[in-house]
Amino acid sequence: MGMFLKPAPNTGQPLYLQLMQQIRHAAETGALRDGDQLPSIRALADELVISPNTVVKAYSELAHERLLELRHGAGAFLCVKHRTRSLADRVQASRRRIHALIAQLREEGLFDEEIRRAFEAEMACPAETVRGR
Amino acid sequence: MTNEFVIMTHALSKSYDKNLAVRELDLSVKLNRITAFLGRNGAGKSTTIKMLLGMIRPTSGSGAVLGGDITDTAANRNVRRRVAYVPEDKPLYGYMTVEQIIRFAKSFYPDWRADVENKLLHEYDLPIERKVKTLSKGMRTKLALLLAFARRPDLLILDEPSEGLDPVGIEHLLRSLATRAADGVSIFFSSHQIAEVERVADHVCILEKGRLLLDQSFDELRQSYRRIDLVFDSAAPEHEFRFSGVQRIELHGHHLTVLVQSNAEAVVERARSLKALSVEVSPVALRDIFLETVQEDQRALV
Repeated sequence: MGMFLKPAPNTGQPLYLQLMQQIRHAAETGALRDGDQLPSIRALADELVISPNTVVKAYSELAHERLLELRHGAGAFLCVKHRTRSLADRVQASRRRIHALIAQLREEGLFDEEIRRAFEAEMACPAETVRGR
Repeated sequence: MTNEFVIMTHALSKSYDKNLAVRELDLSVKLNRITAFLGRNGAGKSTTIKMLLGMIRPTSGSGAVLGGDITDTAANRNVRRRVAYVPEDKPLYGYMTVEQIIRFAKSFYPDWRADVENKLLHEYDLPIERKVKTLSKGMRTKLALLLAFARRPDLLILDEPSEGLDPVGIEHLLRSLATRAADGVSIFFSSHQIAEVERVADHVCILEKGRLLLDQSFDELRQSYRRIDLVFDSAAPEHEFRFSGVQRIELHGHHLTVLVQSNAEAVVERARSLKALSVEVSPVALRDIFLETVQEDQRALV
């Protein structure tokens, strides 16, 4: 059993984005540390039973965000320097706010499914995942 | 013809007597992709594949596989060396044992991959001393897949490869597709089982009654197909939502369901400006997209 989950095909989200989130999450929680090597494209495609193109896309997007470093012929390595620290903090902070908001909505009598759909509706526009450095 | 595509057809058609099995098919399958060719039984998938391989002649139209014209016998012979094909009925020499047939196939291909052969023999748990004719349907399928995967083709064409396999066998098959793709093999495979293909494939083509109804990448599908449920406090203004990208609108009094192929944002924005009481957006499963697309087609024909 590896550290990544098989992406869910029917959440309405491209698989490469799901994989990117899992890698980011692993970096945020410290499951992956600076300099750690990620599985090869072939190994991860094999493990998760997904197209290697999905892995390539996730790795190259994360390399673009500089969370990964792709070394020619050697593979992909996690690159958590100061930048991702602050990103992790931001993600942590936003989690706390979302947590509080959801608690409040539940208090007001909304069901989880209603809250989920409201979030979905707000995020209906396919947002770009590009973010400022 | 560019090298970007491993399969290209233009207005490819095949009729048997007066029945059109394949109609004006424009197919373009990209290099280094896993492409799923979906359709119900009898949609024309096998006929298309057999035309691509030069096994049957098209009634009209043209096509090329790995750059070679599908109706040109010499080009076809050359192309067949670079294509591994697993047919739907998996014909194999019944009098040979599993071991003999593997040795036989190996003798034709100098670049045979012993590592893949050994891995799959083990994974598929094939009895090497048994005669092929005594194998179960699932075992025959696995053997046919092994013979194709152990070659080093540029293109793998599989016709209903999961037929007769149990869930474990299907998972092994999909895993083999992923690893072969990682080796740089382009894969084109037909299926009528949606759940099997959606995780591993990059691209999907849906064939229905011999025509191509959908040709899109899975990521685009996931990102753009949405079901939007709207509630208004008076009769729902159905006519306000006829945007491009809207596939279907269903009206139930105050409640409107809009299915979009794209442009979900425009629908949501319009609903807001019309003061909808409730706007709910949910993703659409491929299974439902498939059913919608096929039903939409039937409605259009009525």
